[in-house]
Amino acid sequence: MSISAKSFALHAGLIAVLFALGFLLPTYHQGNLARIMVLATYAVGYNVLFGYTGLLSLGHAMFFAAGMYGLGLAMHLGGLPPIPAFIIGLIAAAALSTIVALLALRTIGVAFMIVTLMFSQAVFLTILYLGTYTGGDEGFVIAQSSRQILGYDLTHPLTRYMAALFVFSAALLITARMMQASFGQVLIGVRENEERTTMLGYDVFRHKLASVIISGTISGAAGATYALLFGYVGATFGSVQYSIFPLLWVLLGGAGTTIGPLVGAVFMFYLIDYSSGLTNAYMLIAGVVLVLLTLFARAGIVGEIRKRWVTWLP
Amino acid sequence: MDFGPHLLLAILEGAVGAAVLALTALGLSLVFGVMRVVNVAHGEFFMVGAVVAWFVADTVAGHPALGFTAALIIAPVVAGLIAVLVDKLVLKQVEYDPEATIVGTIGVLYILQQTALMTYGPEPRPVEAPFSTRIPLPWFEWGENGFAMFYPWGLSITSYKLFVICAAAAVLVAFWLIMSRTRYGLIMRATQLDRETALAFGIPVSRVYSIVFGIGAGLAALAAVLIVPIQQAYYLMGAEPLLLSFIVVIIGGLGSVRGTVVAALLIGMSDGIISVFLSPTLSKIIATLLVALVLVFRPQGLFGTKAA
Repeated sequence: MSISAKSFALHAGLIAVLFALGFLLPTYHQGNLARIMVLATYAVGYNVLFGYTGLLSLGHAMFFAAGMYGLGLAMHLGGLPPIPAFIIGLIAAAALSTIVALLALRTIGVAFMIVTLMFSQAVFLTILYLGTYTGGDEGFVIAQSSRQILGYDLTHPLTRYMAALFVFSAALLITARMMQASFGQVLIGVRENEERTTMLGYDVFRHKLASVIISGTISGAAGATYALLFGYVGATFGSVQYSIFPLLWVLLGGAGTTIGPLVGAVFMFYLIDYSSGLTNAYMLIAGVVLVLLTLFARAGIVGEIRKRWVTWLP
Repeated sequence: MDFGPHLLLAILEGAVGAAVLALTALGLSLVFGVMRVVNVAHGEFFMVGAVVAWFVADTVAGHPALGFTAALIIAPVVAGLIAVLVDKLVLKQVEYDPEATIVGTIGVLYILQQTALMTYGPEPRPVEAPFSTRIPLPWFEWGENGFAMFYPWGLSITSYKLFVICAAAAVLVAFWLIMSRTRYGLIMRATQLDRETALAFGIPVSRVYSIVFGIGAGLAALAAVLIVPIQQAYYLMGAEPLLLSFIVVIIGGLGSVRGTVVAALLIGMSDGIISVFLSPTLSKIIATLLVALVLVFRPQGLFGTKAA
């Protein structure tokens, strides 16, 4: 089998397994996995920029929040149905990522990380400042009756699971296809050696710009989906912690691998879920995992598997 | 109160904030300057200083000044030792790679913060000031009876706040003297300028790195001990000084110590003054956006000359 056939089989198989799990899992884990798939979509978006283009952003929560508040406010205050509201969420995330990219891409390295962190912090503070509309710290709930698409009730556990699977699969397949195309190969070129990519005649800035916008828009789609499926919009999702999470998931699963974001999100979600039963200091686990990853497994779970055993992994 | 006395009060409050901020940001700037490491856990060393100060003050019996003095020595040492440990166990192992150190120190941030939550607990606690006399301040005005001096109600400062300003100034001067006049300062500056050449001249660079990282954390902890009788010790208190220190170090020019002190005074004072007159959230939004734009358009900082 050729490599592209193998990776197609891997992705199709993964989606089939997730589909089957929707019917097999008990309700508690079914709900968890639905949430994980939405968060993994966020991680897939983050991976486009961090894993493939090599740009470390510390402010992706602003894109997640843009999608979330774009959809949430359109439904809550504007009274729009889910699909137009979802599109507004996507537009909000795409517009914000374009503005941020045009400014932040003038910097490199550490400055890029700090600039993204600062912009995200400004967005987070703006959400708090506009508390009259956004509900500030407490956020707001999207009415259960309005969360219906084409007659399907998104608050029903199985429907919600399938909707999450649909969004995750779309993000996974789009990015996997993108990375096989020449556009994705140029992004990897930028990550590996920016000067050489420039010298080969590629417009590095435009590729980076496109990468930030794609990454930000997928993150925004995840935020909008989260608000739609779980019915809650809150400022926490725009805080620094939610910029650190996708970094953590992608690093743990494997940066620059297609299935790494999902693997990382699953592991981290259950680690935190398990430890929050033991102590209220559950973020300790996140800290320890981050330090251990930097020290011993820079490639993450899927990355290490690819390095040692299965070299064809996409 | 009239506008004049109100402004004076805001300036005094701003000066206290600026003094503490200058110490905290100096630690961050020193670490970035010498080691080229962005220490995201810097705010947590500040928090550790405050929490240790509470433990020490709680343990030491007798006059509050005794406990406070003990805390002033113990807290920076504890924070410094933790930092040396972090340097040896994490930063050195990843060979100070910029990306890995940022991710690693984010991990350290959560470890310190959550350990404080588990041991110290979620509630904020105060430390008693060693002395706290209210000093009323006079105000001068041209009135109907000509020039008059009076004490407006509410215009006052405590002796402790004056002490904070003086203590911070003393530490800054001492730091400057050490950096510019002593052999240790020379070694640190040599390492900052050129790591390889310093190594070739027999400077133990890896030990210098450990010590610098320890001093950086110690400065943050010292600042926290000074502020803890005014604010309270709380396990989440590290975020604010971290953000403000970032702002200061960026505005002052990454790695420039003089720029850092000037920027700390500017930011601390204006933060104090603005938040008296404007909504604190709005002023923070403006500040973070300005900083991001400074980094984008003037990466060398407002006062720096060389590129970061």
